[in-house]
Formats: sequence, structure tokens, C-alpha cells
Amino acid sequence: MRSVSVDLNHDASLLIDIPDALCERDKVKFTVHTKTTLSSFQKPDFSVPRQHEDFIWLHDTLVETEDYAGLIIPPVPPKPDFESPREKMHKLGEGEATMTKEEYTKMKQELEAEYLAVFKKTVQVHEVFLQRLSSHPILSKDRNFQIFLEYDQDLTVRRKNAKEMFGGFFKNMVKSADEVLISGIKEVDDFFEQEKTFLLDYYSKIKDSTAKAEKMTRSHKNIADDYIHISATLNTLSADDSTANKKHCGGYYMSSFVFLQKVEGRVASDQELKLTELLRYYMRDIQAAKDLLYRRARALVDYENSNKALDKARLKSRDIPQAEEHQKQCLQKFDKLSESGKKELTSFKGRRVVAFRKNLIEMAELEIKHAKLLRTWLAMV
Amino acid sequence: MCVCVCVCVQSGPASLPAEDISTNSNGPKQDSLFDDDPEDLFAEATEEVSLDSPERDVLLSDGPSPAITPITPPCSLITPHIDMFTHCSFDEIEEEEGGDSFDMHISVSDPEKVGDGMNAYMAYKVSTKTSMSLFRSQDFSVKRRFSDFLGLHSKLASKYLHIGYIVPPAPEKSIVGMTKVKVGKEDQSSNEFVEKRRSALERYLMRTVKHPTLLKDPDVLQFLESSELPRAVSTQALSSAGILRMVNKAAEAVNKMTIKMNESDAWFEEKQQHFDNLDLQLRKLHASVESLVCHRRELSVNTALFAKSAAMLGNSEDHTALSRALSQLAEVEEKIDQLHQDQANADFYCFSELLGDYVRLITAVKGVFDHRMKTWQKWQDGQILLQKKREAEAKLQFNNKPEKLQQAKDEMRELEGKVQQGERDFELISKTIRKEVSRFEKERVKDFKTIIIKYLESLVQTQQKQKVKNIIIIIFSISY
Repeated sequence: MRSVSVDLNHDASLLIDIPDALCERDKVKFTVHTKTTLSSFQKPDFSVPRQHEDFIWLHDTLVETEDYAGLIIPPVPPKPDFESPREKMHKLGEGEATMTKEEYTKMKQELEAEYLAVFKKTVQVHEVFLQRLSSHPILSKDRNFQIFLEYDQDLTVRRKNAKEMFGGFFKNMVKSADEVLISGIKEVDDFFEQEKTFLLDYYSKIKDSTAKAEKMTRSHKNIADDYIHISATLNTLSADDSTANKKHCGGYYMSSFVFLQKVEGRVASDQELKLTELLRYYMRDIQAAKDLLYRRARALVDYENSNKALDKARLKSRDIPQAEEHQKQCLQKFDKLSESGKKELTSFKGRRVVAFRKNLIEMAELEIKHAKLLRTWLAMV
Repeated sequence: MCVCVCVCVQSGPASLPAEDISTNSNGPKQDSLFDDDPEDLFAEATEEVSLDSPERDVLLSDGPSPAITPITPPCSLITPHIDMFTHCSFDEIEEEEGGDSFDMHISVSDPEKVGDGMNAYMAYKVSTKTSMSLFRSQDFSVKRRFSDFLGLHSKLASKYLHIGYIVPPAPEKSIVGMTKVKVGKEDQSSNEFVEKRRSALERYLMRTVKHPTLLKDPDVLQFLESSELPRAVSTQALSSAGILRMVNKAAEAVNKMTIKMNESDAWFEEKQQHFDNLDLQLRKLHASVESLVCHRRELSVNTALFAKSAAMLGNSEDHTALSRALSQLAEVEEKIDQLHQDQANADFYCFSELLGDYVRLITAVKGVFDHRMKTWQKWQDGQILLQKKREAEAKLQFNNKPEKLQQAKDEMRELEGKVQQGERDFELISKTIRKEVSRFEKERVKDFKTIIIKYLESLVQTQQKQKVKNIIIIIFSISY
């Protein structure tokens, strides 16, 4: 189900995947496997163990790198979140006394499936992150990326050093000044003006849609759980009736409810993967695109400030060459950002449209599969 | 384990095989809906139970009589008492009624607000269609209000509960719900409340008339037929909750007396246990189904919200084809939302409300068992008192006090009569309960299966409608 971002991992010169992962308590250990024909790597085929924090480190170093300011840095994969199934497992443990053995077993199975789903999702999202990097012409050549893939020792030391160096300064700045700066800028370029308007609006809409889709999926899951309880109770009832009336009363169609529960559960997880995950991913991606706009806006501000400084210097007839040099650099930076930014944003749009299409079609196909399943069940006599 | 489902698919898409299961002859899984049970649920076997009438004397014994309006003595119940003291297996007996088979349909409809302000009330039209000779005509209707139903129930309860008949409980009173209606709020929640009540009243009446003894009760006949009904005065006392409270109090009193009833009859012990279990399981099931209703309503709301959000997203999207696709997704989800809502209603009316009815019915059944215990206690008390009197008489005889002796002898004779009556009462209530329980259980098991089949049918229909959604999605996603 790696269709959130398409056209990844096709370039044979650098193929990355996460073939397996281990879950130890809350920590997930990913096995990052690389197959490459590039001479810049020491071996053609190798694997390393990595933690979620390593991915964060890699993402942050990329963000902090000046040279990449004009690129959309792929969004950092979210931390593996086992909170929801863990909480439910806890509640299940508390409520064990009120359930029949069968009911408890089924609920436990459901929870294990949920755990597994979270697990699969987190593997997928970490994998996509790496594959976005590997398929990017510039980012794939990043030195830190190579270290991440290759370095067979623990990255913890490096991570600590990086934190001390940057101290998350840039990131914090971005978070606080973001929206205001972008919207306040006087834009000369039509393309960027349009993009800015579009991305700001789209971001808020997709954030809302993601939240609503999550709620929908949650409701489906709740209904599936209800079916478990109902089928268990009906089972007990019909067993009691059989004993009391001294004849077999049949399973009150308990098995029907079990079936319905499976279908409902499957609907929920498919919807989650195709729709909710898609929206979630692109919400983060759009944030990354917004970050690019921010950096460009910052560069524009710098350029404007350098202009003012140059004027001041000319007035005072002091430090003119420095001011001129500074202004030239700011302009260069800004132009570079604008140029690469345009390219990035255009390809981003294409990528997004393709991904949406693919996922919506797959979602529809799954719905049809469900409908077929129900039809078969109906026809069963 | 294969699922045997009997579903009649009415108007489905052409590709769906419309299977009429009752005529299916391929394979071993034929009409039997249960794996081993040869009985076919859909066989229209109407249970016909004889009118075994309680003796008139029993009516004069003290049972709870909260009704304030005059009770019409059930003269139709006085028929020769058949001696059934021999222990036959009542579970198996199918008794023939010499007369009409049960053919009756009652509907409660057209709720109409009468009056204004706090004195306002809802009047319901109670229509009866029947071919039974018991009634004056075949098709007739009357106007009744909620307190009339409560009044009917209280009369029936006071006449029949304490002698072992399972009288169906009336729907619950609801101060909040009614106040909204009285005040004149024409909003959805008050409409839902009226519909919920109307449906509950209909089920109540049908259950009452399905009971062969209650059907013939003159109060029931009067309720259904006469255009004017004396108003039940104090509805507080008449509420079914009130009656149940009284039943429960009786039960508590019984427990407090720490009756170590010498249960010579294993049947009763078994049944009591069975009903205790049933009570537990039904409450649990009811809670699960209520949760299902709640979650499905949530799903409906969330789907609607998502649809709106997706529409906004579609508007915001600048790629034309994707924008169109998202808008179409939003439209489809909106339709789905409506489906979910309809399904939630089906969950509710088809399943949840009926389970609620049964939870209350089981409480009534347990009450009847408690009345039996109370009857036994009375009999035992009588015997103890008699014993004491005998001892006192012996003492008097010894002390030679002739006048007091005669008085004692008279008292004793009276007591002996009472004790004999007590024994008869006890045996009678035991017999009645056996029959009632057998009838009740048959109905209940049948009812359950019908409920679940209907519910599954409704689910299937919703799923079929969902297919429309799939086709639409495929079309639009391919087109761009």
C-alpha cells in the first residue's frame, strides 16, 4: 500500500526500502535496506538499523542546510503512535471480568490487528520519507543522507552534536513567524502570489478534511467493536435458550454479526489507508511547501533590507562595497530560491494530483470488493 | 460453520440472485434455519392456548390494587376449572382453544395534540382490525391518550399479576419528553419522542392482546371498543414504573423475610435461574445495541461533516479534474450520511426498543415468581397460625373452659378453611406460572429470531444502496 506518493523508488541507481521492523515497547527499530549502483557508496547492498529519532535528525539537517532552502524538504514522518491501541488494551484489561471468554479473545484480536495497522503505517510513512529523498535529484546526493543509509554505528552521537549546533533555532523561527510573514509580503511574481494564496487556503481545508476523515474512520471502528459485543451476547443467549428449552435454538445468527463486524472493520481500515492517510500525508507535504514559501519570503525580506542598508550606506558614504556585496548575495539567494521553488512547487502539484487519483480509484475498488463480499454472504444458504 | 440466513431480497440489482430460501432444494441446508432444528421458523404455527381460568375467589385475595377507577370483574373467565394438578410437561403441551384462532391487528397512529399549555396532551388513534367473534365489529377505532394506556395496564396488573399472569408492562412515562410536546416545541427531538411513544404503545397493545387471557378481559375490550373511557385519575400511581416499583418492593419484602422456601419443584428453581441469566444478558445486549445506535448516529454526523469538508477542499483545489472528483466524493458521502442515519433509525426501532421492551418484560416475569413466593409464605403463615391455635385449643381442653373452647374451635375451622385456600392458591399460581412461562418463552424465542432477521435484512438493504456509491466513485475517478 505504498501509493501515498507515487513514482518513487523506480530509479535502480538507488533503491531503498524498509523490509522489516521491530517493536520493542514503544521504540520501533527500522531496518533500512539500500541497493545501489552508485560508486559513492561503499557496498552495493546493505542494511542498517535506525530509530525514529534518526529520521528526525536527518530531516532537520536537511532543513537547516542553506543550499536546500529552495527545495521542498519531504515532511518528517510522525512519531510512531501506539497510544490509541495501548489505551484500548488497558480498558480491555479492566473490563475483562464483564465479558465472556470468547468476547474478550475477539476484542484482543481486534486490538492486536489495530496495533499491527499502526505498525504498518509507521513503517510505510518512514519508508516513503526515504524514498522521496532518494528520488530527488539534489537531496539524494546529500552527505548526511548517505551517512544515514550507510553508517553502521549508532547515530546517537551525531544526533546530539547536531542538536547542540543548531539548537532547533531555525525550526522555532519558522513556526512562529510563518503565516504572518508569508501573507504580509508584497509579491511581485504572479506565480508565487497564486501559489501562496492557494497553499494557505488548501492547507487549512485539507487539515480540516483530515480531522473529519479520522473521525469517520473512528466511528466505523466503534461500530465494528459493537458488533463483537452483540455477537458474543447473542451467542450466550442462544446457548442459554438451548439448555433451557432443551432443544437447539441455533446461533441467533451470531455468525452474521461476526461477519458484519469483519466487514465494518475492513471498511474502516481501508478507508483509513486510502483516504485518511492520503489526506494526512498531503497535509504535511503542503506544510513543507509552505515552509519553502516562508524561506523564500525570508530571503525577500533580507533582500529588501539589504537594499535599505545599501541606500543608507550610500547616504553615509560608508561601507558601500560591503553593502553592495551583501545586496548582491541576497538577490542571488532570492533568485535561486525563486527558481528552484517554482520547479519544486510545479512538480509537487503534479505529484499530488497523481497520488489523489490513484488512491481514490483504489478506495473505490476496495468498496466494490466489500460489496461483492456482502453479496456472496447474502447468497449463502 | 456456515451461516444460514433467511432473507427475502426484494428489489435488488439484476446481478443479485433473488433466492427464495423456503423452496431451495439443492444441498443439505434446506429450510432449516438452525443447524439441527427441524422446526422452520417461518412456519405459521399459531400457538393456541386454552383459557384456563383462575377461580373467582382468587380475585378477592389481597394483591396490589393501585387502580382507582372501578374494575370490571372478568365474568368471561368463569369456566369450569379443569383439574390439572398432575404434573405434565407444560413445555410440550399445545393446547387447543375452542374458538377463534388469533387474528387481530392493532395500530396506534395519528398523534394529535389536544389542548394548550401544561394541560395539553397527545391523543392517539387506536385502530383494530379483526375477524374474531369476540368483538362487535371487524374494523373500528377509538381515540386514547397515554394515561388511558397506563390505566388499562394498572387494571390488568391488579387483576392478574398476583395470580401468576405475565402482564406486559406499559411504556415508560417521560416528564421531559412530554413537557417539550406540551410547550409546543415542534422540533425534531419532540417529533422523535412522539414517534417513539406511538411505536411503544402499539407494541404494548399487540403484546397485551396476544395474551389469550388478557384478550378476553372486559377492560381490554372496553379500551379497544368504547368511544368514551372513564379517565384514569391519578396517573402517578398508575405508571408502569410505579407498578414495577411495587412489584420490586414485594420482591424486596420477600427477600427480607429470608424465605427459605422449600422448593419441591425443581422446575421453578431452574426457571428462576434461567430468568436471572436472561435478565443479565438482555440488559447487556440492550446496552451494546444502544451503543451501536449511538455510534452509527455519530458516523452519520461525521460523514456529513466530512462531506462538507471534502466539498470545500474540492473548491479550493486548483487542478480542475481533481477538484471535480473531490466535489463528487463529497456529494457521494452526503448520500452515505443519509443512509447511515436511516440505518441508525432501523437499529433503534427494529432492535434497541424491542430489547428494551424485553428487559421490562423479564422484570414482570420475575415479579410473578415473587408473587408465587408471597403466596407460599401466606399459606405457610396460615399453617403456623393454625398449629398455634391447635395447641391453644388443646390447652383449653385440658383446662376445661367450654365457651372459650367453642370459640377456639370455630376460629380453627375458619383457619383450616383459609389454609386450604392458601394451598389451593399456591398450587394455582404455580400452575398458571408454568403455562405462562412456557407461552412466554415460545413467544420470546420466536420474537428474537424475527427481530434479528428483520434487522439483518435492513442492514443488507443499506449495504446494497452503498453499491451506488461505489459505481459513482469509479465513474468519476476514471473520467479524469
